Amino acid sequence: MFDSPDKLALGLVTGIAFGFLLQKGRVAKYEVILGQLLLKDWTVVKVMGTAVVVGSVGVYTLVEGGWASLEVKPLLYGGVISGAVLFGIGMALLGYCPGTSVAACGEGRRDAMVGVLGMLTGAGLFVALHSMMQPIIQGMGNDGKPTLPEVLGISPWAVVAILVAAGILAYWLTSGRTGWRKPADLSGSTHQRAI
Amino acid sequence: MSNPLTQISWSPYVVGAAIGILSWFSFATADHPLGITSAFEDTAALAGKAAIPSLEETHPYYAEKAKEGDSPKIGWEWMLVVGVFAGAWLSAALSGDRTRMTVPPSWKTRFGASPVKRLAAAFVGGAVMMFGARLAQGCTSGHGISGALQLAVSSWLFVIVMFPAAIGMAFLLYGNKGTQHV
Repeated sequence: MFDSPDKLALGLVTGIAFGFLLQKGRVAKYEVILGQLLLKDWTVVKVMGTAVVVGSVGVYTLVEGGWASLEVKPLLYGGVISGAVLFGIGMALLGYCPGTSVAACGEGRRDAMVGVLGMLTGAGLFVALHSMMQPIIQGMGNDGKPTLPEVLGISPWAVVAILVAAGILAYWLTSGRTGWRKPADLSGSTHQRAI
Repeated sequence: MSNPLTQISWSPYVVGAAIGILSWFSFATADHPLGITSAFEDTAALAGKAAIPSLEETHPYYAEKAKEGDSPKIGWEWMLVVGVFAGAWLSAALSGDRTRMTVPPSWKTRFGASPVKRLAAAFVGGAVMMFGARLAQGCTSGHGISGALQLAVSSWLFVIVMFPAAIGMAFLLYGNKGTQHV
């Protein structure tokens, strides 16, 4: 029922850092999430894209050194595709994703608090209907837990290098253009120099 | 220069890079990717069992999860969710960015000031989103960040399907005219 106390404490500390960053990144705000979905504010893509690029370098280094193992989720086509469609529809309606809903509650947002109650209800519904959902989840086949480098038959480092290059290119192409950077970003840049 | 902890916002690139580094930390210390929604599933399953103890014997969910060695528990990820709340509270409190907002301004412009309407949409949206996340076994954190950075095919598929669905729904809600208000 419970993980060991040190593991629980580690989860809490990691979560505090995660929530702090989500709030400082302004992604716990309805306007920013909807702004992204309406293709007017690219904060969400910038945060997620940078996290993926930076994260991939370190995590593959840890795996290579034997300090961690990959935790890849199964490629159950039915579950992933139907789940992604429902997820997208629900997220646009709520205006927060699961992590940012919880962060938005910390910020005090009342609609996010009700959204979290909805999320608990959705989770309860999934638990209740778990067996009935299996034909949908498993229905379109299960391809195990492949990664892109395995499917492409190349070294993971080649894929990581492509991601890093794509990230740098995207930054270079967009950072100079007006309209892509909002006033809030400019204050963020000031901060970048501060540290 | 002002103290970064009391600033309202940081550059999205700084935040993104820090979340990337946080994912190194979580893999190195807990061998666990950052994710949110399985804790919600565990909470719902534990609450169901607590409310109706006979469910553990009668409902197939518990037997199936026990067989997979994945019985619901209060674990690392559950505490991660508690931490996200606390960390966001701390950040907003330090910068004076706390709010009691119920109806966001762009919602108000498009759908009116009714809190009931906004909260009903938030509740339904949260339920549909979470149901989808559990079907797909991940969310914007578990698939979108942690899965994508592990180069998992399932996670890239999730992102490629999820964002167009979300964008389509947002345009349905706000229309081309409504986008001027966000």
